[in-house]
Amino acid sequence: MTEIREVSVDELRHLVSERALEGDTMLLNMGPQHPSTHGVLRLLLELDGEIVVSCVPDIGFLHTGVEKNMEAKTYQKAEVMTDRLDYLNPLGNNLTYCLAVEKLCEIDVPPRAQAIRVILAELTRLNSHLLWLGTSGLDLAAMSLFLYCMREREKILDIFEMVSGQRMMTTYIRPGGLWRDVPVEFEDAVIQFIDAFPRELDKYHDLLDTNELFIERTRGISIITRDECVAYGITGPILRASGMAYDLRKALPYSGYEQYDFNIPTRTEGDIYARYAVRMDEMAESLKIIRQALNKLPFGPVRSNKRKFVPPPRSEIGTSMEALIHHFKLWTEGFSAPPGSVYVATESPRGELGVFLESDGGPKPYRVHFRTPTFANLQIMPILTRGHFVADVVAAIGSIDIVLGDADR
Amino acid sequence: MGVVTMDERLQLAVNAALERFAASVQEFRGEVTLIVPAESIVELMRTLRDEFGFDQLVDVTAVDYYPRQTPRFHVVYHIRILAKSIVLCVRVPLDGNAPRLSTVEGIYPGANWYEREVYDMFGITFTGHSDMRRIIMPQDWQGHPLRKDYPLGYEEVQYTFNFDQISVRKPHPKD
Repeated sequence: MTEIREVSVDELRHLVSERALEGDTMLLNMGPQHPSTHGVLRLLLELDGEIVVSCVPDIGFLHTGVEKNMEAKTYQKAEVMTDRLDYLNPLGNNLTYCLAVEKLCEIDVPPRAQAIRVILAELTRLNSHLLWLGTSGLDLAAMSLFLYCMREREKILDIFEMVSGQRMMTTYIRPGGLWRDVPVEFEDAVIQFIDAFPRELDKYHDLLDTNELFIERTRGISIITRDECVAYGITGPILRASGMAYDLRKALPYSGYEQYDFNIPTRTEGDIYARYAVRMDEMAESLKIIRQALNKLPFGPVRSNKRKFVPPPRSEIGTSMEALIHHFKLWTEGFSAPPGSVYVATESPRGELGVFLESDGGPKPYRVHFRTPTFANLQIMPILTRGHFVADVVAAIGSIDIVLGDADR
Repeated sequence: MGVVTMDERLQLAVNAALERFAASVQEFRGEVTLIVPAESIVELMRTLRDEFGFDQLVDVTAVDYYPRQTPRFHVVYHIRILAKSIVLCVRVPLDGNAPRLSTVEGIYPGANWYEREVYDMFGITFTGHSDMRRIIMPQDWQGHPLRKDYPLGYEEVQYTFNFDQISVRKPHPKD
């Protein structure tokens, strides 16, 4: 029999104020099954009436041991686990992991694969921002917005399904390139989507920008300053909404982002509305990037020719003995990466997604660590909620755009 | 070593670390790693932040080299100059016997959760930390999952001839 462990407030004595111990303020659990915690986040709130005195986030309910599991799989097979981390950014996770493996093993990526990676990464960003917009709007009682967002998001998931056969767990980007080239319908589908999407974006603006209720609930609420963001290692839209134009796509370009012309949207207010505005502008910028990448999408192979690391095309296996041997070796034993460790970071929809990959020279990664944006960003919950109403906690969680799979790994 | 390609500011920081903190330096795939003794980590971080402008702590994690190497653990920090996007990796080797290290929470407040995660996953205690509890695993969990001597759970495969035998010793969710 498993025993139920009693938790006393003594364990958390250092995190709550003196008044909680005297019974002057109330300790209240929010979550882990609260609908507005976007998954399984538990917040221990200390309340003085309806004002939040302190907030203690408790995470780990979605821990799946991804890092430990990856150590037991070969480099290619371990990639499947990356989809499951941040389930709203599957292609971005694939991309980050593959960039790390490519850096470790010095694998080149053909230009066509790089451009397709950029298109898909930006579509993933749109997909994630749409879900964020829908659900955080829903938290603030903007009901109809949710349905519009889900409808558009469905179109993006259809594109993912078209290229990879999967709507969410894609594993489409592979070390050295892509699983296979995109189907012929891909370009038309993406063009159709990005032609129609700006009108949708305007609709969302119309629904929220001048909505008195939305503005009241977001302006001046949960402010975080730029210095606090830097001290706590906050990245992504939260940092940009506090006035710092920092985006890894510009700062440390990867996968050919330096070829595209786009802006980094920023705001200076640092409140929930600023975070909303930054994300909305980011969607427009993503459309710009996708259009540019589509316009100059080069032709050519989508996989590197380094056969010691990248499997040969299917067509060669029947005719070439080397190809057959490489295929067999790669899918049974895997490839051996040179010993050493690398750190690669990309801009996920939520902020900096980093992969620390260490190899001991064998076919399995010795240590994989994900520096995930939600984990870092959730740390500021006490700052965001202190002195606000309980109802604002819901808005604050929405504005961080949390994905618990990302935080708990 | 290919120090020619290193950024000037990074070079200055590395030189200072070599002179003042008995550090050694490694380069791999264009990434610079400092290896410093455990007792000087706080002072090194303070110097890097205040004198050389490494204003963001990107990540703290650890690697377990059991049983291949002693000292057993490396605690790995990544810090960055935001304005120039330069990342520096700092590694601290730690002995496997009751490993402990001073916290850098006083310099980078964001280290709080990262160090809790390292404690949870590797059992490395950070002295002076404000909230040294487990963060991801349940509070009453035994062991530290990312250590190399912590087993990866497997389920035994049941065949018709040994189905009942395995069923008896298999942990069931109802218990």
